[in-house]
Amino acid sequence: MTEDIRALSAQYAADPSSLVFLRLGEALRQRRQLDAALKIAVQGLTRYPHLPEAHDLYARILTDKHDYANAFDEWDTVLRLAPEHLGAHKGIGFLYYRAGEPEHALYHLRLAAQLDPDDAGLHAAVERVAGGEEIWEAPMPEGPPEHQEEARAVTVAAGDPFAGLEGAGERLLLVDHDGFRLGGALVSVEGRDVSESCSAVLAGTAREADRAVRMLELGEWGHLTIETAGVSLCLLRPTPDTTLLSTMDAGLPAGQLSFFAERAAKAARTWLERVR
Amino acid sequence: MTAGYSTMLDTLTRLRGIRGAMVVSIEDGLVVAESLMAGLKGSALAALSATLASRVSEMAGAAGFGVPRFLHLQSSEGALLVASANSELLLVAVAGRDVPLGLLRLEMLRMSERLT
Repeated sequence: MTEDIRALSAQYAADPSSLVFLRLGEALRQRRQLDAALKIAVQGLTRYPHLPEAHDLYARILTDKHDYANAFDEWDTVLRLAPEHLGAHKGIGFLYYRAGEPEHALYHLRLAAQLDPDDAGLHAAVERVAGGEEIWEAPMPEGPPEHQEEARAVTVAAGDPFAGLEGAGERLLLVDHDGFRLGGALVSVEGRDVSESCSAVLAGTAREADRAVRMLELGEWGHLTIETAGVSLCLLRPTPDTTLLSTMDAGLPAGQLSFFAERAAKAARTWLERVR
Repeated sequence: MTAGYSTMLDTLTRLRGIRGAMVVSIEDGLVVAESLMAGLKGSALAALSATLASRVSEMAGAAGFGVPRFLHLQSSEGALLVASANSELLLVAVAGRDVPLGLLRLEMLRMSERLT
């Protein structure tokens, strides 16, 4: 049942930091006021970037707006935060089914059915995707994560994508969509290897850049440069599913950083084409 | 206080190609002051800028690179620029294509030092 939007809006206005944005966003979504729902969801995500329910709400709204690729990313984020999130498994299952990948769809829908065995509609959906009731006797199909791990293992075994480039081993870091390090390394100003700690946040930062340009209707982003007191950083996407971070000492010309980053991106693309 | 911000933002938006500028609270991603052209949604811009700045800070912190003072997100249709001079406020600008970003960057860094 749709909740009273006016009452929820009043509650939200009275206390913008409360979790009532989840109910308000969902109520707006159900009323098909999708732009308003999106605004509320984004505001909620700003306050609660690690709250699975906030990402789930955002993903449902994106799905209603037919933005399936970004909805998938959001549900993927939910599952990294909460691997047994019912809504995310159902959502990703739906998206896989829609994309014509019934095996992956079944993997997530069956997990969802295990999490909520009383959901008759979900059981019917599983049987519809599988083509019959005998699906419940079959073992769980392999899920996409295993395939990803295999691909990652092959990629990581293929050596350094930046071998021979200036900054290799300390100033260039390549990660996949989930923040898994594919190649390169990053060393802090103090000489500490920070590759692993930086990788996960790097992918999240790139997703945030995706979201910003999408919602501000700025087209496709080319690069994100960041200045700190001692270091300049440049993020870009060598391919749609990878992110590259390049760093240089602060004070060097911006053009030099761009050139350095573009050259590394080219090396990364060549390397990825070879190993994939 | 807000009147002072307005003067600052108007100075920025008078630069050629600037579609809007605003002061944003980092903590809650809300608009403190804004000067925007039609079509730019202030609340969304504020929330997105604050979230992006937060993510970037997290990344720079994880890498031990210190506090970001300027971000430049370049895209095919324009650019989002964010300057941070203290832990509470951001100065945000959206530029169209073919804008002299060097000048804008200098102006924003200079102005952000006056944000209190």
